[in-house]
Amino acid sequence: MVKIEGIDKLLAEHPFFKDMPVDARKTLAGCAKNERIEPGDYLAQEGKPADKFYLIRSGALAVECHVPSGDNLVIETLHTGEVLGWSWMVVPFEWSFDIRAVELTRVISLDAACLRKKIIKDKLLGFELYSRFIPILAKRLHSTRQQLTDMYGKS
Amino acid sequence: MTSHAAAQPSPKNDNLADDAMMPAPFRIVKRTQELADTFTIELTPASGRGGAFAFRPGQFNMLYAFGVGEVPISISGDPANPKKLIHTIRTVGAVTQAISNMKVGDEIGVRGPFGSAWPVEQAEGSDVVIITGGIGLAPLRPAIDHVLANRNKYGRFVILYGARSPADVLFMDQLTAWRGRLDTYVDVTVDHATRDWAGNVGVVTRLIERANFDAYHAKAFICGPELMMRFTIKELSARGFADEDIYVSMERNMKCAIGHCGHCQFGGKFVCKDGPVFPYSSVNALLKVRGL
Amino acid sequence: MAKVGDRVQAAVGSVAVIDAGEGLDALLKVLQRGGYRTIGPKVRDGAVVLEDVSRADELPLGLIDDQQPGQYRLSQAKTPAYFDFTHGAQSWKRYLFPPKEKLWSAQKTNKGFDVQNDIDAPKYAFIGVRACELNAIAIQDKVFIAGEHVNTSYQARREKALIVALNCRRAGGTCFCASMNAGPKVEGGYDLALTELTNKSGHSFLIEAGSEHGEKILAKLNTRPATPADIKAAAKAVEQAAQSMGREMPKSARKVLTKNLESAHWQDVANRCLDCANCTLVCPTCFCNTTTDTTSLDGQHAERWRQWDSCFTLDFSYIHGGAIRREGSERYRQWITHKLASWHEQFGVSGCVGCGRCITWCPVGIDITAEVRAIAKKGK
Repeated sequence: MVKIEGIDKLLAEHPFFKDMPVDARKTLAGCAKNERIEPGDYLAQEGKPADKFYLIRSGALAVECHVPSGDNLVIETLHTGEVLGWSWMVVPFEWSFDIRAVELTRVISLDAACLRKKIIKDKLLGFELYSRFIPILAKRLHSTRQQLTDMYGKS
Repeated sequence: MTSHAAAQPSPKNDNLADDAMMPAPFRIVKRTQELADTFTIELTPASGRGGAFAFRPGQFNMLYAFGVGEVPISISGDPANPKKLIHTIRTVGAVTQAISNMKVGDEIGVRGPFGSAWPVEQAEGSDVVIITGGIGLAPLRPAIDHVLANRNKYGRFVILYGARSPADVLFMDQLTAWRGRLDTYVDVTVDHATRDWAGNVGVVTRLIERANFDAYHAKAFICGPELMMRFTIKELSARGFADEDIYVSMERNMKCAIGHCGHCQFGGKFVCKDGPVFPYSSVNALLKVRGL
Repeated sequence: MAKVGDRVQAAVGSVAVIDAGEGLDALLKVLQRGGYRTIGPKVRDGAVVLEDVSRADELPLGLIDDQQPGQYRLSQAKTPAYFDFTHGAQSWKRYLFPPKEKLWSAQKTNKGFDVQNDIDAPKYAFIGVRACELNAIAIQDKVFIAGEHVNTSYQARREKALIVALNCRRAGGTCFCASMNAGPKVEGGYDLALTELTNKSGHSFLIEAGSEHGEKILAKLNTRPATPADIKAAAKAVEQAAQSMGREMPKSARKVLTKNLESAHWQDVANRCLDCANCTLVCPTCFCNTTTDTTSLDGQHAERWRQWDSCFTLDFSYIHGGAIRREGSERYRQWITHKLASWHEQFGVSGCVGCGRCITWCPVGIDITAEVRAIAKKGK
């Protein structure tokens, strides 16, 4: 029996919303939804419209690259407390990769269309979001670059 | 600045030559293929008199392939079980390829043990965080064996391991067994995988944020490519680790392994005898200078 | 035999005077009869070399050298003396620590292989070891026999070696041993010490014993007692050499180098340095070496050889597909910081004895003392 909690309270619990002004968070709660993904299910597919971003409450999601002749390549796994999805912020607003749940995963999804409308009206809200996304993207880029160095290879 | 473990002389084993430059013949009694390019050999003195090969975790031997050459290889066996001398080797050049071609019953020359050790005694009473990748797990396995054999002397025990892909994960069975223990936290990650890999994908430094340990009462042992060590240290420092609580295993060109040939110098340190294990505090300034 | 750490005051050992030519001849004969291979200075190809010397008339009487950065000339002096030149490109390290040496050989057997070593340890007597060189030998002793592991062949040769030291009475053109506290006066670590005396009363040597063995040899020579005037003249001659050094090493060398690892000056030196490795070859303390494993064509017999190496070669620091010190600036920095800074950390002393060979034999005349001053000027 799933306990129903106020969505705003769930947002407040997630690290992404740390130190965010309460009214900004409440505004965003209006675009938020509690979701549950079964193991093996896909949340996103490359090329499809990036209509959401996700805050992982528990579980694990795999970022995958579809390989026509072989099996999909997993290039990153994201876990509890992390954020997934930035394509909704960047034209053409399409997912760059497939996203699959590795295990039973609970997320809060935030609706992109809803967010984009609100950001245009409220620039400060946009600031709150972008200033949180930039460090996350920087860390993601840094990690990806480390993966690129193939550091364990025949060094 | 003191060299913590290099202050003690290495154990002297009586099945070895008196002259530190002369290899003693040992026989291969077991050979296991671990990965496509990595294998493990178990050695015993060729004299047949048996005998133990005492060593401290983190030390290495110079292994000699008759007529081909010599190469420094960390000892990867259990220090509490010195009757078995075990080395895990990755084939990267002529000598390691020659050793890879050897069969059970063939003889190989051994000089050692050399070098400084992981400070397993100094770490008693603290949490122990082991972070390694690729073949780096081999020089750390003796330290892991030691901690597990003396588990109640230590706080939390964390093992974080990264490899290129699932097929490159070394000692998979042991990692699984270690992870199965209630008193040990093990997390493994790969750079990329196919869908049948249920584990993590991502760089090994990302495992640090999810691991539970008290950075103010912990020692970290790191072994891997210098690049991996650099990034890992940055994460650990951000987590609150002091430089003197982080230990790294350095690698440099080695010929004699006894501090006489000058090749392994790193600043004023001889990696063969002042290292290869160093507290990060004693080498952090050196690591920042390119081409030193 | 005088060993590492022997510090015998000149006053404690016996002091006497021997005639120059005859005395040297007699000394050589006594040593040869004692089974020693006597090595001393000779001239070959326009330079002083260290080779077997059986008689005093093989020594280069009257020879004088003119050494400058990148320059070496020999000529004949007006006052013929046996030892007024300073040195050549070679040092005694070529005997105690040979350029090429077999460490061991191995033979294949039914089951595997057997290893054996034959240490080549002749009994050398070195004639004319100057203070800088004596200090260099003491430094190599620290490297090769004072640590946890011992260079067994070096130790065998060293223990047998007999040292007849020489007090310089003339500073060479590139010498700076005084500022390194490594000369020109010899202080301990020798069996006998000579100071040449050329004055109105004739040509002779003040000879002092520095060990029990030295005393025994001295007793076999035809000597006359040393007068206070002899002793004073000898002391004056050495003092003159000390005062006439043409350069000095800044006392702050170790600190300056340690603090300026990222100086822009390294590129400046690299623009001149040819990576020829001459400095490491002529330096009496440089010890870097490499091991080579060889095998016979039929694969039955293998050998390991040790030979001199130099940190100036590109593959000296090779690891995992590339060299750590890829740039000439990095390699020059390695040599000078090892010699003048890291050596202290490793062996408790400086690696430099101020002999000046690296300055003389550098084809482009790089002066180690000048480079330290340049870095101090540009840096922190």
